[in-house]
Amino acid sequence: MLRIKDLHAAINGKEILKGINLEVNPGEIHALMGQNGAGKSTLGNVLAGNPAYEVTGGSIIFNGKDLLAMKPEERANEGLFLSFQQPVEIPGVSMVNFMRAAINSRRKYRGEEPMAAGDFLKMMREKRKIVELDSKLANRSVNEGFSGGEKKRNEIFQMAMLEPTLSILDETDSGLDVDALRIVAEGFNKLRTPETSALVITHYQRLLDYLKPDVVHVLLDGRIVKTGGPQLATEIEEKGFDWIKTGLSAI
Amino acid sequence: MNSERQYKEIFTECREMIDSHSAAVLNMLREKAFEDFSRLGFPTQKVERYKYTDVASAFKPDYGLNLNRLDFSVDPYEAFRCDVPNLSTSLYFIINDAFCQKVLPPVTLPEGVIVCSLKQAAEEYPEKVSSYYGQLAHTEEDAVSALNTMFVQDGLFIYIPRNVVVERTIQVVNILRSNVDLMVNRRVLIIIEENAQARLLFCDHAADDHHFLSTQVAEVFIGENACLELYELEETHVKNSRFSNLYVDLQRYSMLRHFNVTLHNGLTRNRTDVTLSGEGAEANLYGCVTTDKQQRVDNNTLIDHRAEYCRSNQLYKYVLDDEAVGAFAGRILVREGAQHTVSEERNANLCSAGGAHMYSQPMLEIYADDVKCSHGSTVGQMNEQALFYMQQRGISREEAHMLLKFAFAGEVIDAIGLEALRDRLHYLVEKRFRGELSRCSGCKLCK
Amino acid sequence: MIISELMGHSSLWIYVRDMKEIDKKENKKDKTAPGEEKNQFVREVAHKKYEYGFSSNVQTEIIGCGLNEDVVRLISAKKEEPEWMLDFRLRAFRYWQTQEQPSWAHLRMPEIDYQAISYYADPTKGNKKGGPSSLDEIDPELMKTFDKLGIPLEERLALSGTAVDAVMDSVSVKTTFKEKLSERGIIFCSISEAVREYPDLVRQYLGSVVPYRDNYFAALNSAVFSDGSFVYIPKGVRCPMELSTYFRINARNTGQFERTLIVCDDDGYVSYLEGCTAPMRDENQLHAAIVEIVVNANAEVKYSTVQNWYPGDAEGRGGVLNLVTKRGHLRGANSKLSWTQVETGSAITWKYPSCILGGDNSQAEFYSVAVTNNYQQADTGTKMIHLGRNTKSTIISKGISAGKSQNSYRGLVRVSPKAEGARNYSSCDSLLLGNECGAHTFPYMDVHNHTAIVEHEATTSKISEEQLFYCSQRGIPAEEAVGLIVNGYAKDVINKLPMEFAVEAQKLLNVSLEGTVG
Repeated sequence: MLRIKDLHAAINGKEILKGINLEVNPGEIHALMGQNGAGKSTLGNVLAGNPAYEVTGGSIIFNGKDLLAMKPEERANEGLFLSFQQPVEIPGVSMVNFMRAAINSRRKYRGEEPMAAGDFLKMMREKRKIVELDSKLANRSVNEGFSGGEKKRNEIFQMAMLEPTLSILDETDSGLDVDALRIVAEGFNKLRTPETSALVITHYQRLLDYLKPDVVHVLLDGRIVKTGGPQLATEIEEKGFDWIKTGLSAI
Repeated sequence: MNSERQYKEIFTECREMIDSHSAAVLNMLREKAFEDFSRLGFPTQKVERYKYTDVASAFKPDYGLNLNRLDFSVDPYEAFRCDVPNLSTSLYFIINDAFCQKVLPPVTLPEGVIVCSLKQAAEEYPEKVSSYYGQLAHTEEDAVSALNTMFVQDGLFIYIPRNVVVERTIQVVNILRSNVDLMVNRRVLIIIEENAQARLLFCDHAADDHHFLSTQVAEVFIGENACLELYELEETHVKNSRFSNLYVDLQRYSMLRHFNVTLHNGLTRNRTDVTLSGEGAEANLYGCVTTDKQQRVDNNTLIDHRAEYCRSNQLYKYVLDDEAVGAFAGRILVREGAQHTVSEERNANLCSAGGAHMYSQPMLEIYADDVKCSHGSTVGQMNEQALFYMQQRGISREEAHMLLKFAFAGEVIDAIGLEALRDRLHYLVEKRFRGELSRCSGCKLCK
Repeated sequence: MIISELMGHSSLWIYVRDMKEIDKKENKKDKTAPGEEKNQFVREVAHKKYEYGFSSNVQTEIIGCGLNEDVVRLISAKKEEPEWMLDFRLRAFRYWQTQEQPSWAHLRMPEIDYQAISYYADPTKGNKKGGPSSLDEIDPELMKTFDKLGIPLEERLALSGTAVDAVMDSVSVKTTFKEKLSERGIIFCSISEAVREYPDLVRQYLGSVVPYRDNYFAALNSAVFSDGSFVYIPKGVRCPMELSTYFRINARNTGQFERTLIVCDDDGYVSYLEGCTAPMRDENQLHAAIVEIVVNANAEVKYSTVQNWYPGDAEGRGGVLNLVTKRGHLRGANSKLSWTQVETGSAITWKYPSCILGGDNSQAEFYSVAVTNNYQQADTGTKMIHLGRNTKSTIISKGISAGKSQNSYRGLVRVSPKAEGARNYSSCDSLLLGNECGAHTFPYMDVHNHTAIVEHEATTSKISEEQLFYCSQRGIPAEEAVGLIVNGYAKDVINKLPMEFAVEAQKLLNVSLEGTVG
């Protein structure tokens, strides 16, 4: 589904990603761990096509297509979803208008007719339940005045609406209390299918306890330095990242 | 030849003709206006209030003037369909500057309410009209008001007597019609007496593909505890120049809500002077401008706080595209003794293209100490982060632009109390941004 | 700590604590109205004294009043200037004659009789070449004057690392630490000396930021400027100490025409302070200054002013007319300039320290606190002209008006068509103390590039009764509460001043406004 080869990327002229290789197959959940500044969020943003980042080398194939050649919205319409670490506030744009524009844009991309207003609202109502988001949300501006937890739930809600094939969760667990984390994680699990995959960027084991990743990668200074099964996350939780570093220098 | 000369010459030569087609009350002020105009000349850009509009060149071209009051045989209902769905209004038409008499449908207004031609009012109630006419529009300090007073022959008169509440919106549609380039000088006099209430909707349309230059001077008197909602909607075209001077006087505990929406225009200059004369009066001014190509919009306001416990609030938003030029200058004057004044002014502008220019000049001038005043002004562009966020959700960049613009302008439109009009404007503004509105939406003529 | 010393004495008004005594002296009619009760403190302020109001009996050579080409030639000759300097002055003078005094500011300006002013007063008479070379040559009376002002001219008395150029009337009296600075290639001397010693540098930069045609007062200054400081920071040098100039008007009926030129070359850094006082005189004194700053690539200049000219008396008689053109040109990429001013003095202040952001990524700041009291008038602010790409400017202005004063902020932010990515944030707040004063803001925004983001905010408020009550309920007296609130209000600006300056500026504010709200 996703094949990243020797990916290099920079921001403001500074190289952050220094040769990432990663392959994600349908139905798999990959966890991406690493300390601050390792390049985790950069990878998420590069995959989504954030223009602030510059790809300086390598290739990304997504569902058989060249991802790097696509505009951000095309990537989204192809089924790539990024749950932002800091969801952006857009004053004045209501959630309803925002989501309708998103849904219809994808339908248009697929050559389908726009969704009828009634169906759309019904869909909003249903999907909202997944993350226990209340109905007032629909009339509020995007993320404006939302609490940290609401913003993250709102991200998963949008994921539910857009039904992506590959979701990138960029520190979706940060700033959440235990209950909010449970809601977000369970919401995410409800949306899983054998065809959908996810790349979960996190510092902590806690979210992974819910999501049960198939593969865990450790990112250090722009490269994946260790890949393993779910037990790797547990080990990191116990021993910290320094353990990985010492392990590397020993080699 | 300087721009003033042609007007001075026409005035001197045609004085008799102007007078003979107008009313005595209107004729009385012409001489003084002429003197003031001759002394002032058109304001140069050194005149603070006209800093951003080149008046002289706007008045330079040779326009026709219908001083002989030739009738334009027009059935406004044929020419125009203003469809604000779900809004039932008492509808009147003004063709150029002439109040349209013959096609009035049977409109029933509450007793004592008058909506008619200014000329007719001046003839029928000369005392009433003369005690208000020219009281606010001082010709000695504004050349456009002076010029209007020199040439004006007719216009609109609205009178709402004491304690009368007019439920139904009074809609006045100004239609510019001509077979040649035309100058129109229109005058409006509105008197809302004590404890009365009314809602007015003025729509400006240009029906022919000619150059129009219109001056409109409106004097509005709002009595104690009275309330006026005034909506002005300009939907003209690039060949139209509009100079509108609106003067409002507010007595004790009276209230004004004024909306000025420029949807489509050529050159627009709106001067709005609001005097809060009585204690506890309140003025709310809203402006929404969407403009593009090489059009210009200049809103210039003065809120004069003369009494205690008054409130004023201004919100003006501009969306500028292409090479459009926008200007906003808003002066809040809090005079000595106007204690407990609360005044707020906000001007926000979105320049969405490289050639668009914005001049913003908020001003606070305060001579009283117990006041709460603030102003804010921003000029900016689309939020890149927000654009990317939307793109990530699959919305195209163009569509994302549209949504942001729409949200930006929406703040002003949402403040409109009249639901049907609010919906209609949301619709028109969206159409405008999508480029589907290239002329007046209600026009049936120049298709 | 020279500056600290200077400011320590610089209570603009001595707060008179015994209110009853004031009431006795106070005009009777003010007492009767009940509403006047709360203006009691405001009236008191009117009786505060200006501590620097003394005049010195220094032997001074003063040329006759009046202004014509001969006077310009005379000034130039007295300073033994080269021919090009005289030419510059004469061109400026001829231009000035064709101009009229501007009237656009929100000021009621008394008529200035330019022929009734003497344009040159030298308190160092007897010394050749303008300035004395050793302390022994300085008139002891003059030394005493500066000691009294807290500016010891003997280097050994200076406590912290501050070098001073002391200017009285038209002449620089003494510049300290010159030798020490010159070891690093830094030039710090009077402008008169610079014209003689470093003609090439002066010629290259003088008038390059503020041309004499810039405005009426700039033309006047260019014709008759007397003294001021010249600073040159060579490439890559960080100036190790604060540089400061202290201006004093002493002689009667003289104008002071300060001229300061600061050039900071690539990668240099300098922090410069300016202070000023004048004796109490019944007639207005004219101070028409020009400050020019050139900032080259990656260089940084901080310019701080505590302006404490004589503000005139309670009835608005006398006081300095402070008509100043200050401008910095950020020529190089990544250059930085910051203006910080605390304006408490002068009868009239007409001053707009400005920045031309020419270099890409250059950054400019303007921080100002302007206090007006009695009949003082201030029309001050800044201009930020964005020309380069990704330039950034910040304006923080705090006006405090008391008494019958008028305090205006006037600012312009212009983004030229080529200034891609320009950013400006402006915030102008006004605080009113008493109900007879005025506070005004006139910001102008001209934006000609659509990638610019320009933001302006302004508020006007008074110290509320609720705030004062809350403080007093917690045991804080009203005077102290006002001080707390005013300092909290001015904090953003005060914090920008160098440490010693900041502490004293804070005191100055407290003392100036103590008890203005009852």
